[in-house]
Parts: sequence; C-alpha cells; structure tokens
Amino acid sequence: MSAPVVITGVGVTAPNGLGTRDYWSATLEGRSGIDVVSRFDPEQYPSRLAGEVPGFEPTEHLPRKLIPQTDHMTRLALVAADWAIADAGVVPEELSEFDMGVVTASSSGGFEFGHRELQNLCAKGNEYVSAYQSFAWFYAVNTGQISIRNGMRGPSGVVVSDQAGGLDAVAQARRQIRKGVELVVSGGVDGSICPWGWVAQMAGGRLSPVNDAERAYLPFDSEAAGHVPGEGGAILLVEDREAARRRGADDVYAEVAGYGATLDPPPGSGREPGLRRAVELALRDASVGPDEVDAVFADAAAVPELDRVEAEVITELFGEYGVPVTAPKTMTGRLYSGAAALDLVAAVLAIRDGVVPPTVNVSGAPEYALDLVVGSPRAADLGTAMVLARGQGGFNSAMIVRRPD
Amino acid sequence: MSGQEITIDDLKRVLTEAAGVEDGVEIGSDSLDTEFEELGYDSLALLEVAGRIQREYGVELDDDTATSARTPRLLLSAVNGG
Repeated sequence: MSAPVVITGVGVTAPNGLGTRDYWSATLEGRSGIDVVSRFDPEQYPSRLAGEVPGFEPTEHLPRKLIPQTDHMTRLALVAADWAIADAGVVPEELSEFDMGVVTASSSGGFEFGHRELQNLCAKGNEYVSAYQSFAWFYAVNTGQISIRNGMRGPSGVVVSDQAGGLDAVAQARRQIRKGVELVVSGGVDGSICPWGWVAQMAGGRLSPVNDAERAYLPFDSEAAGHVPGEGGAILLVEDREAARRRGADDVYAEVAGYGATLDPPPGSGREPGLRRAVELALRDASVGPDEVDAVFADAAAVPELDRVEAEVITELFGEYGVPVTAPKTMTGRLYSGAAALDLVAAVLAIRDGVVPPTVNVSGAPEYALDLVVGSPRAADLGTAMVLARGQGGFNSAMIVRRPD
Repeated sequence: MSGQEITIDDLKRVLTEAAGVEDGVEIGSDSLDTEFEELGYDSLALLEVAGRIQREYGVELDDDTATSARTPRLLLSAVNGG
C-alpha cells in the first residue's frame, strides 16, 4: 500500500482575487470578479462579460527575460506556481531535479499571444512573426515554463480535456508520485480572453448571451443560459506524504483520496452520460460511501440539460437535498482548464476552515432538489469533499479530497 | 550591405526588445566576446533577434548564420558583412 498523496501548497490567480488569501476572502464574502471584458473591446460581440484576474503586473513577479516569450496565461501560471512552491515550503534547489515533475492542464494554449502573431503574419508578413510563437501558444507551454523556471526535470506532461483537465492533471500527478516521483507541480491556469479566443468560445455555443454581470452565469437556476468565461486558475503542489514528511512538511492541506474519469457515449447513442460512473469510480477509489462526502463542488455548466444531468447524478447518489452543493465559480466564470484546479483549492480551504463557500446570484430551481449553498457561506465540519468537472467533448471527472490524518 | 553599421548598442536594443534581459546582465562593449548563452540567450532568442535585424535594417541574414554566432562580436560581424 503506497503512502497517501497529499496537497502541500497552493497558488491562486483568480478573477476575484490575486493570491490565495484574496481569492478565499472574496469567495467567502461572495464577491464576484465578473465584469465587462477589458483585455479587448468586446462591443461588437454578443457576449461581453468575463472574469479577468485583477491587478496583475507581470514584471512585479517575473524576470524581464520571460516577458517577450510568454502569453498572459503562462505568466499567471508561473506566478501561481511560484506561490504554490513557496506555500509548500519547497526549495527546488535542495531537491533532486529528477524527483520533481510538472503536470498541468490546458485547453487551448496561449491564444492571446497567437492572436497577436497571426495578426502580424496577415498584416505585415511572416518575418514579423515572433520566433517564440513556436511554443508560446502551445498546450504544454505552462508545464514547460514551470519546469524550466524551477529546475524540475522529473516526469512531466500536459492534459487537455477542457474543464475536466484541472482534475485529470492532479490525477496524473498522483500516478507519477505512486511510481516514485517525490513531488509534482500540478493544476491548471488558463485564459484566452482575446478576439480569437472569444470567437472560438462563441462557436462552442455555451457562452451566455446575457450581459448583466449578476444575471449572466446562473447554474441550477431556471434562468440558466450558458456561462461567462474567465481566466486564471490554481497551481497545486502534490506530494508523497512520506516524502513531504522527510523534508519537514507535516502541515498538509488534504489528501487526494479518490478520482474517477469517464468519457460520454457518442451523441445519439441513447446511453446515459458518464458523470455518474466518474463519481462512482472516485468514491470506490477513495473507499468512501456517499454518506461520507460532506460537500460537492459542482461543475455547474449553466446549460439546462447539463445542469439536469449533474443534479440527477448528485440526487441519485447522495439523495435529494442530501449533501451541500456549491459553485464558487459563479464568482469567477468558467476558467476552462483552470476551473477544477481552482475548485480543488476551494475544497481544501473549505476543509481547513470548516466552511462551504457560497454560490452567488442563483436561487436554485426546485426541480433540481439540490441543497445549494447560496448567498452566504455555511459553517460545516468537512472531512471529505468532492469536486466535479466536465469538459466539452464528453470529459467527466470527479476527485475526492480528504482532511489529512 | 548598404547604410550604416549596426553597433553593439543597436544590438543591445534589439536583444532587449526581442528576448528581454536577464536580471543582472548589462550588455555593452564589455560583452562583445561574452557568449550569448552566458548572457542568457538561447538559439530561439537569436532567431528572434535575427528576424528583427532583418526587418529593421533590411539585412539578409539566414537563420543558421544567426543561431551559430556564439558572441555579439560574431553576430555583428555577420550582420555587417565583416
């Protein structure tokens, strides 16, 4: 039996708070980061709201050398990684470089960088395209840049499964640790709030057409009409419990206790979606029953059909109004590969502080029969929490985190 | 080539715009013979620098020449046709 795999450090860049402390206090206060897009002029587009990370000046946090070669979301990821590593008390120089890996999630890579370079290509010619475009757009770029910056040369990779990716990356980190790697920098930070990214998301068909920040993203509500996109996410330091102890880190956030992932059947097959099996697999993996789960952090698609599927899975496994359910992402928008990583951080902080953060702006439609935590946070003794995440394309993932012994 | 010679100060500006500067590194005539690697520039950075020199100064500079120059002096010499 291998030692537990634990989360020992977290770093957050979220639309409602830069840094873990700001994010968590905003989240508990129900403060949203959703507003009119400022990274480009959204006037000509039907959807004009986004969750943008506030107050981020890259040169305050990163060497100037990294600026010309990085997309905005990679800079956010590098800073979140710095914070997670520091939070865990890890000093990379003191560890063997091959015992440290990096596995992050990605959905689209550095779109804003790519947008600018495509514009250069079309308007000026190929000699005006940055050589750094070769990797700055790339799915694996955050993993690569975190690896280079911190001298981490152990098993590394990237998982691309849209919104499910934040959990899938941490699960892959856990696999690598079980194979003998001591620590893995994991999670996901994302963002493509640029015209190119915007039209790609519009084509996905799930952006809310509502441009009132308090009415745009309403999961499990009778007025649900799609989501608001956001940028940011979280980086988590995932470690072997014994290895963490050896370097003197006794204080850990939570154990990564269970995980399950499934793919939906093809459209039109008539078979049920894969979310239920993902939850069942995660429960079995963690050896816990539904009655032992103290809170569920929902995927919260805010697409009525998808909300119905998720609510049914929750009520069938946990009972009607059987477990507190929340979606703090109503304050950030959906962050694609950054979303579930951020929810994992919310879950471990909820366990630490004994409080379920709220879902905002939503009243909760009675037909879903969910015990949705709305409006204000709810005090609760949390031993175990579950995070659900679904990615466009049929990805379903569930992860269970548990208070450390 | 036609026109003016490109100096180390020009190169410093292009390097900075193209690839930033490593903290603590000061590029000037003292660094003419310091290897790019030591100054913090890899082959991709030099590729980007070569692109900028070509379009700003109208110099033909193929990628292999640019990325095989190990020091600022060698790169300037290739650019200035020396």
